[in-house]
Amino acid sequence: MRFTPHTEGDVRAMLATIGAESVAALVAHVPAALRDVAALRLPPGIDEREVRAEMASLAAANGRPDAVVFLGAGAYPHFIPAAVEQLAGRAEFATAYTPYQPEVSQGTLQVTFEFQTAIAALTGMELANAGMYDGATAAAEAVLMTQRLRPGRPLVAVSRALHPQYRAVIATYLAGLPDAELVEVPYREDGTTELPSDALLARASCLVLGYPNVFGAIEDLEHTAAAVHAAGALAVSATAEALALPLLRTPGGAGVDIAVAEGQSLGLPLAYGGPGLGLFASRQSFVRNLPGRLVGETVDTLGRRGYVLTLATREQHIRRERATSNICTNHGLCALQATIYLSLLGRHGLRAVAERNLRGAHALAARLGRAGRLRFAAPYFNEFVLEIRGARRRWETALADGVVAGLPLGDWYPELEDCLLVCATELHDTAAHARLASALEQGGT
Amino acid sequence: MERPTAILRPGLLPEPLIFERGAPGRSGALVDAAAAGGPESSEVLPPALRREDDLAGLPEVSELDVVRHFTRLSQWNFCAATTLYPLGSCTMKYNPVMNEAVAHLSGFADLHPLLPTSWTQGAMELMARLADFLREVSGLPGMTLQPAAGAHGELTGMKMIRAYHVDRGDARRRVLIPASAHGTNPASAALCGYGVTEVPANREGMLDIETVRRLLASDVAALMVTNPNTLGVFERDIAAIGAAVHDAGALLYCDGANMNALMGVAKPGDMGADVLQFNLHKTFSTPHGGGGPGAGPVAVSARLEEYLPIPRLVRDASGWRWSDDFPGAIGRVRSFHGNFGMLVRAYCYMRALGGDGLTDATAMAVLNANYVRARLQGTYPLAYPTPSLHECVFSDRDLEPTGVHTLDVAKRLLDYGFFAPTIYFPLVVPGALMIEPTETESKETLDEFVAALEGIAAEARRDPEMVKSAPHATFVGRLDETRAARRPVLRWTPPEPER
Repeated sequence: MRFTPHTEGDVRAMLATIGAESVAALVAHVPAALRDVAALRLPPGIDEREVRAEMASLAAANGRPDAVVFLGAGAYPHFIPAAVEQLAGRAEFATAYTPYQPEVSQGTLQVTFEFQTAIAALTGMELANAGMYDGATAAAEAVLMTQRLRPGRPLVAVSRALHPQYRAVIATYLAGLPDAELVEVPYREDGTTELPSDALLARASCLVLGYPNVFGAIEDLEHTAAAVHAAGALAVSATAEALALPLLRTPGGAGVDIAVAEGQSLGLPLAYGGPGLGLFASRQSFVRNLPGRLVGETVDTLGRRGYVLTLATREQHIRRERATSNICTNHGLCALQATIYLSLLGRHGLRAVAERNLRGAHALAARLGRAGRLRFAAPYFNEFVLEIRGARRRWETALADGVVAGLPLGDWYPELEDCLLVCATELHDTAAHARLASALEQGGT
Repeated sequence: MERPTAILRPGLLPEPLIFERGAPGRSGALVDAAAAGGPESSEVLPPALRREDDLAGLPEVSELDVVRHFTRLSQWNFCAATTLYPLGSCTMKYNPVMNEAVAHLSGFADLHPLLPTSWTQGAMELMARLADFLREVSGLPGMTLQPAAGAHGELTGMKMIRAYHVDRGDARRRVLIPASAHGTNPASAALCGYGVTEVPANREGMLDIETVRRLLASDVAALMVTNPNTLGVFERDIAAIGAAVHDAGALLYCDGANMNALMGVAKPGDMGADVLQFNLHKTFSTPHGGGGPGAGPVAVSARLEEYLPIPRLVRDASGWRWSDDFPGAIGRVRSFHGNFGMLVRAYCYMRALGGDGLTDATAMAVLNANYVRARLQGTYPLAYPTPSLHECVFSDRDLEPTGVHTLDVAKRLLDYGFFAPTIYFPLVVPGALMIEPTETESKETLDEFVAALEGIAAEARRDPEMVKSAPHATFVGRLDETRAARRPVLRWTPPEPER
C-alpha cells in the first residue's frame, strides 16, 4: 500500500521547482558508503484486504473463545460502553498533536483540564497532572519527586506488597541517583504493610504503599501517612485498580502527599498490557516539582475562558537537563478516554460499578470456600489471595478447561507458592463464578 | 479597512465544562450492583477505610450529554485528519484508518497481559516480527519494544549506556549533546545521573568532527546525536564521528526522532550507532492522540545487547515466551510488555507498505520538504543553506523591520486553516519556523500552504498590527499564557460548596 499522493507529473513539476534532476539526487549529499547498503530487506507491500487478513489471523491466535479469565494483578478487565471508544476514536482527538497552538486545540486542552479535575476528585487530592505512561512509571516519578522534595534522605521505602513490577520500575529509575537506596518493607500476616521503624523513616524520602496492594488488601493509609509524616517523610499511594477508589477512603482524605495510579480500568482496553495511563496527583504546594504536563485556565483577547499548557518551565523542552522529568509525549488519548468514561458513568455510575465489583468478588470468595481459604484477613475490593493446596496443579487443570484461575503467586512471592491471586469484576457473572469453583474443586482430585 | 476581530467560527457551538453540565442524580451508565450477589461494601469495609465524600465533584450527566460534550469539543481541534499539520520534527503524517480497525480486534484489545503464553502466541509473534522489521530499518541487532514513548526510549538507552560503563569500572560523568537537540535528550541523560556538555554546530548546521574530538575527554560516556538533526540536515561526518566516539571509549546514541527521513537512505547501525530509539507515531503512522500514547522501541549494537531491559521475548520448542533471566539487564522500565496497542498499528503499517513502500515514504517526504524549501526561500530566509532532507528551517529575520515575529506568523497561519510549524526550535536558530510537510501531503496542499505563508509575509509589510493580533478566525483569540502561569488554575472548582 502507498499513502503518498504523488503522480508522475507532480514529481516532475516539483523536481523542476527544486532544480533537481531526480528524487535520488535529493539525498545525494548523504555519504555513498551509507546509501549503498541502505536497501530495506523487508517483505514487499500488500493491500489492505491482505494485511487485515494477516492481522485477523494473528489476533485469532490469542485467547480462547470459551474462556473465563480471573486475572487482575495490575490489569483489570472491565466493561467499556460503546460511547467511550467511539468518542475517543474521533479523528479530531486521535490525529492531533500536543496542543502547542491553543487557539486551534481547545478540544484537547479543555478535555485535559477536565481530566485533571476528575482525577483530583477521584483521588481526593488538590491537583493532578495531564497524565503519565502507566501506574508503574508514575510511581517511579513520584519517588524521584520525593527525592527532590526531601534532599539528604537517601532511602526510598516501598512496601513488599506493592506490585512487583512497580517496585522493579522504581528500582530501575533510582539507579540513576547514585546515593539513593531502595528498602523493602515487609507485609504482615493480614496482607497489609508493616509500619517501618522511625529510624528508617527518618532517613527516607518516602514510603510507597499499594492501595489496594498487590494482594488486593486495603491498607490503612491514614494511620501510615501520620507515622510517615511524624518522621518527616512523604507518603505515596500507588493504586493499580483505579475502580477501587470510588469506594475507598481517598488518598487525599487519608493525608497522602502523592497519589499515583494506573488508569487502565477507567475505560481502556487491556491491549496485552499497554498503552495504560499513569495518574499523578499531589498537594498544591508541590506544583512546581510535578513531572509532566499541566493545563491551566486563562482568557483570550476578548476575556473569554480558554485553556493552555502551563508551568512549562518545569519541563524538558524549556528546562532541558534541569527539568523535573524527561517526559514529553505522555498518554493523552488514554487520558481523554478515561475522562469520557468518568463522565459517562459519573458520580453514581462509578459508585455502582465499584460496588458491583466488590460484591461480586466477595460472592466468588465465598463460593470458593470449599476449594481453599482466603490467605489474608485484610479487607479487599475485587481481588483476593486464595490459598489452595496444589495451587499450580489445580491452576493447570483449570486452564485445560478454559478457566484461567487467577495468577499463581509463587513466581512473585516464593512463600505464597500455594496461593492464587484471583480477580472478579462486573464482567464475571454467577455462571463464571461457578465454572471457576468447579474447576478448582476438580483439580484437587 | 475594517480589522477582523476574534469571532466564534460559524458552525461551531459553545460548550461548558462537563462539570457544569447535567443535574444531581443523573448518570449515563448504571449497573446493577447486586447482580452477582455478595455483601455490600458497607458490610465489608470498616468506616475508616470507606470513601468520605460520596464522589462529590464527579459529573452527573446522561449519555447524550456526554456525546454532545465531547463531539463539540472535538470540533474545536485542528488535526491531521482535517488539515496540514506541518510541525517540524513531530512528523504529523496521515494515520491510516486500517490501523485503528486492526487494533480494535478482540484478539488484541481484550488480551490480558498475564495470560499464559500458550494463549498469547499471536501477539508475541506480531511483536517478534515488528522487532525484526525495526532491526532491519535500524541496522542494529538488539531490540526492545518496551518503552512507552520516544523520551522513555531515550531513558532506556541511556541506562544501558550507563550499565555498559559501570561494567567497565567507571560510569563516567558527562554526555555530549548538540545545541540543536530536543530537550528530552539532556533531560534523559540527567535522569541517568549524567551532566551535559553542549556541542555547538558549525556554519553548515552540522557537528564538526574536530570539535567533537576536542570534547571527547575520558569522562564522556556518550554522544547523543539526532540524524538528520533538527535542521533536517544529515550529519555528513557521522561515521567518522562515531569512530572517534568509540576510540574515546564512549558510545554513540542516535535519537531516531527523524528516522522517517532515512528509510532506504541510511541505517544508523552503519553509522556506528550503539543505541537508536524509534518514535512509532512519527515514522510508523500511529496516531499522536493530542499527546500520546506513543511507543519508543530501542535498537542497540551488539555491545549493549546484554543490558536490554526485561522482560525479553525468547523462543523455544513450545513457541514464544517471556524471560526475565538476564543478569546484565538494566531491569524493568514499565509494567507488562510495552504499548502493545501501538505496536499493532505500527506493524500493520509496515506490513502494508513493505520495504518498497517505506522507501517511497522517505523519498516523498524529502521531495515535499525540498519543494516547500524551494518555494519559500525567496520569502523567508533559510536558517542554513545546507541541503536538507525531510524538514526545512526558516527564520523571521527578514520581517524584523515590520515588528512581526515568528509567533505572529504561526498564529496568522491558523487563520488560513493550517496548523503552525514548530516555532522557536531548534534553539540555535533565532525565530525558527521549522516545517515538516510529511510524505502524505499532495502538491496542491503544499501550494496552498506556501501561498498562505507568502500572503502572511505580504500582510506583515502591509498591516503588521493585523498579523500581530492574529489569530482572528479561530474558535478563541490569542490566549493569555502569562496569566495562566502566574495564577495557575489547574482544576475546576464549584462556584459554591455543595450542600
